[in-house]
Amino acid sequence: MSTIEQEMVRTAEGGHHDHHELPFIRKYIFATDHKMIAKQFMFVSLFFLVIGGLLATMMRWQLGFPNQPMPGGMLLPDAMMAPTPNGAIMLPEFYNSLLTMHGTIMIFFAIMPLLVGLFGNLLIPLQIGAEDMAFPRLNMISFWLAVPAGILMLASFAVEGGAAGAGWTSYAPLSASGEWTGVYLGQQLWLVSLTILGFSSLVGAVNYISTVINMRAPGMTWFRLPLSTWALFITAILILLAIPILAGALIMLLFDQTIGTGFFRPEVGGEPLLWQHLFWFFGHPEVYILILPAMGIASEVLSNRARKPIFGYHSMVLALIGIGFLGWIVWGHHMFMSGMNPLLGTSFMISTMAIAVPSAIKTFNWLATVWKGDLHLDSPMLYALAFVSMFIIGGLSGIFMASTPVDIYIHDTYFIVAHIHYVLFGGSLFAIFAGITFWYPKMFGRMMNERINKIHFAFTFVLYNLVFWPMHNLGLQGMMRRIYDFTQYEYLAPLQPMNQFISICVFLLVATQALYAFSFFWSMFRGEKAGNNPWDSNTLEWTVPSPPPHGNFPEMPVVYRGPYEYSSPESEKDFYPQTQPPSKPPVQELIPEPVTPTPEGF
Amino acid sequence: MNWSWILPPSFSTVSGDIDGIYMVILWITGITFFITEGLLFYFIFKYRHKEGRKATYDHGSTKMEIAWTMIPLVIVLWIGALSKGVWDTVKVDVPPAGLEIIVTGKQFEWTVTYPGPDGALGTSDDFETLNELHAPEDQAVVITLRSEDVIHSFFLPEMRIKQDAVPGQDITVWFEAIQPGDYTIGCAELCGIGHTTMNGTLTVYTAADFEAWSSSQAQQQQP
Amino acid sequence: MSERLGELRNTALLVSVFVIAGCGGGDGGGGDAGAADAAPAESPVDAATAGNVAGIVTFSGTTPMMAEINMGSEATCASKHSTTPTEEGFVGGENGGLANVFVYVKEGLESLSFPTPTAAVVLNQDGCMYRPHVLGVQVGQDITIRNSDGLLHNINASPTENRGFNVSQPVNMETNRSFPVAEVMVPVRCDVHGWMNSYIGVVDHPYFAVSGSDGSVSLDGLPPGDYVIEAWHEQLGTMTSNVTVTTGGTTEISFEFTEVMAGSPVPMGEPIDLLHPDGHQAVDH
Repeated sequence: MSTIEQEMVRTAEGGHHDHHELPFIRKYIFATDHKMIAKQFMFVSLFFLVIGGLLATMMRWQLGFPNQPMPGGMLLPDAMMAPTPNGAIMLPEFYNSLLTMHGTIMIFFAIMPLLVGLFGNLLIPLQIGAEDMAFPRLNMISFWLAVPAGILMLASFAVEGGAAGAGWTSYAPLSASGEWTGVYLGQQLWLVSLTILGFSSLVGAVNYISTVINMRAPGMTWFRLPLSTWALFITAILILLAIPILAGALIMLLFDQTIGTGFFRPEVGGEPLLWQHLFWFFGHPEVYILILPAMGIASEVLSNRARKPIFGYHSMVLALIGIGFLGWIVWGHHMFMSGMNPLLGTSFMISTMAIAVPSAIKTFNWLATVWKGDLHLDSPMLYALAFVSMFIIGGLSGIFMASTPVDIYIHDTYFIVAHIHYVLFGGSLFAIFAGITFWYPKMFGRMMNERINKIHFAFTFVLYNLVFWPMHNLGLQGMMRRIYDFTQYEYLAPLQPMNQFISICVFLLVATQALYAFSFFWSMFRGEKAGNNPWDSNTLEWTVPSPPPHGNFPEMPVVYRGPYEYSSPESEKDFYPQTQPPSKPPVQELIPEPVTPTPEGF
Repeated sequence: MNWSWILPPSFSTVSGDIDGIYMVILWITGITFFITEGLLFYFIFKYRHKEGRKATYDHGSTKMEIAWTMIPLVIVLWIGALSKGVWDTVKVDVPPAGLEIIVTGKQFEWTVTYPGPDGALGTSDDFETLNELHAPEDQAVVITLRSEDVIHSFFLPEMRIKQDAVPGQDITVWFEAIQPGDYTIGCAELCGIGHTTMNGTLTVYTAADFEAWSSSQAQQQQP
Repeated sequence: MSERLGELRNTALLVSVFVIAGCGGGDGGGGDAGAADAAPAESPVDAATAGNVAGIVTFSGTTPMMAEINMGSEATCASKHSTTPTEEGFVGGENGGLANVFVYVKEGLESLSFPTPTAAVVLNQDGCMYRPHVLGVQVGQDITIRNSDGLLHNINASPTENRGFNVSQPVNMETNRSFPVAEVMVPVRCDVHGWMNSYIGVVDHPYFAVSGSDGSVSLDGLPPGDYVIEAWHEQLGTMTSNVTVTTGGTTEISFEFTEVMAGSPVPMGEPIDLLHPDGHQAVDH
């Protein structure tokens, strides 16, 4: 099936693949080549990652040095910082905007487009043996919808009333009317921006699903797909089903704000909890969207750098599917304290406890992959190992909040903030570092600077843990989230030194990222030139030049085996590419000679 | 800087149970943490690349998969079952009230309405306090929680009580303090510009002292 | 479709997305101050021909008791008051004089326009109370909102004809705001301290006053002519009175609010439309 589809695609796109040079604007701006679109997503997302980090830095100033003038604060407008003779002090409404926009930008404009936009686009066609996505122009539209969404989101800082300030979760009624926050246009821009971004994700998901189903090269059966493609495929299904609910909720909230509808506003008969149900019904699959591709990337890097097959490939696939499926029935665990029927609390607790299991399965499989491997501890491997290590912590901390009575105490405290950041930063972001470093040669034809990366890794790993581990303790001491000045609470005043310590570590952590940025740009021009397969990997993207030409594969690849045949006895080297034809016939089970009775008797 | 993972002291009839479940989870996750991280770091050290090292060609083990599926599943479901009992005690089985009050959250204060000498809410002798909750020890204080504007979250950290106040709903939350003293009331749901100032004091009295306080308040606030 | 045409089509599509997105962020509130109407020429009032209006606002009936404000949750503010402060919905009235009544010219100045004063009016937060409780200001004139308490206040203004705002002041500081549309009255409150509220009357001429504790008001320097003067009280509603101002003379005016009016609907955010003399009915909300 896939061969024929492939042929049809090639013919239909025939005119598109003439060997003329594309004009600049078609090659770099309105690109339809998935590899270029991947890079576009990467650059824009890394920009937003920096913005998100700056927003967090400002938040941490207020938390570490409450009500003290912020360096550089005088540069910001009066709506954000209050001018005093000693300098500018952060206003509570700006703090609320900072925490809202930090979360929104990191989740929607940094992590999601890095994992799904960059790695989805880069890896899927290459790893399945296709020449591009099923719908290259739709792919272009996906990127070019994300850009205005990002512009609107940033623009919301500049409007009267400031940027949205109701949290990235935007609970109604706080978010449903400007009279509660003083934010009018900013909240509306937030809603419009995310709706547009939702469409960007949706068209991307359609593309990914169609491509994986229809455009696999001959021999690339489902269970020979690399785990990164599997993860991206499941993620795309989650996006397809979850984003429309978010879009619906966003539009309903926009109507409540602008044309007087009463979906979520109790004063006109609406129900605030409806927003939470709709948001979290999207929101929980969303967090799996944010981790599944990271898990796929980690599997890829760990197996390759350990020179060892992924332990339990089938279980890993089933675990991905299990997480994807169970992710739909746990959303209420964000709402244990919301006022929903407590009986629902119990059912959501059970499903939430259950979803810990596939993540545990994956973790044990990663450990078993590393066990008895031949570990090349270069920077992609270090990032991937850190992913496993941090994901263990993030996953285990989730068990505390899954238990409804314990959640009574830790809900909406810094314990939750610690959990979120262990899975999103310790998990997803470290996997992104691993992935960018690992596939950098495929994108740019050069290796990244190993030494700088290792220094970046060491500082980031240590500082990151110094920032987020103590947040568990802050939460256990009762410090709430989203709180501009916790010293207003007498019982929290003793937490000031720890908050200050965390803030200083944050400043250092953010500064450390300059190392990776330097390595990233330096290596583009001065990095060691890379051949097709610098990592001695098995998957299809490493059979073509770095970077691959337009159309990827000069001839249709044929796949003979799975992607993790490292250290196989059938190969002379410690890897065995998927497309390498077998050198000898498959090892036959020794068939015993049939026993024939002899005339002499027995 | 307090690095302890032991919860701070708590003072209600349910807080011991809640803290108990927390400790069970802490033990289980703590042991798991040390084992898994320990193995990870040990493997990194032991199996790091050395000249001549060859990785083992091993695709997996169905037995191990079953083992590390079933064991975690059993453990987490057991934690769930343990938790259900305490959850029901706190959220489902509201005991008969020793004192019934209304707590209303609004930007950015908590108003507490007491029934007054006649013991009934909604009558003319009800009186109010602002950002203060006064309660007797050893009696179930049953609260009807309301909000006038946005979602707030009524948080009594030392009692291990938290419940969102949702506008348009009356939500029941209760606690029974076991020791007199001054405790904290907080708001645990972002509710606007002044979210950070929505703190109050919970004062728990002995039964006699509470009576005294209550009657003097009722007299003072007579219209 | 040829590649080139396809390019143009894509570009046009994307440009229109940007344009629509840009337009969507436009001004939604009613912030334009009568831009459609041609403003009458600014006409300096001839002091030689001007006259005055002066008088007393009184109340007859049983003075309602104002509740005490419990500032227990804000010790810093509580300590600034030697006696327990009370709510300010009804101030004065013992000797008849009613305070905090906003008196202004409602009709009669349609053909004139007045320059916006450059000096600001101060709304002070002191001891967790707004000082003054009722404030008058001209359209476009700066209101300097001052925090004299050194602790977190927010100033939440909810007009109906102007765009509202909700800003905070965590320390001693000042914030400036102004209203571009005439509106009687704009309610202002602090959400951190729920007892704090005040009212701002925005008019587009300088002839307004707030009655003092003895109920006295005066509007000076009015051009001679017939006017309708309105008095607004936050609990008792509004009253109007027709006066004729004569050159050099002081026309007497008096408003007597009665108990019967207590609780009558108080108009908020009624724009004063000087171009339409028949004006709005005061109490028909």
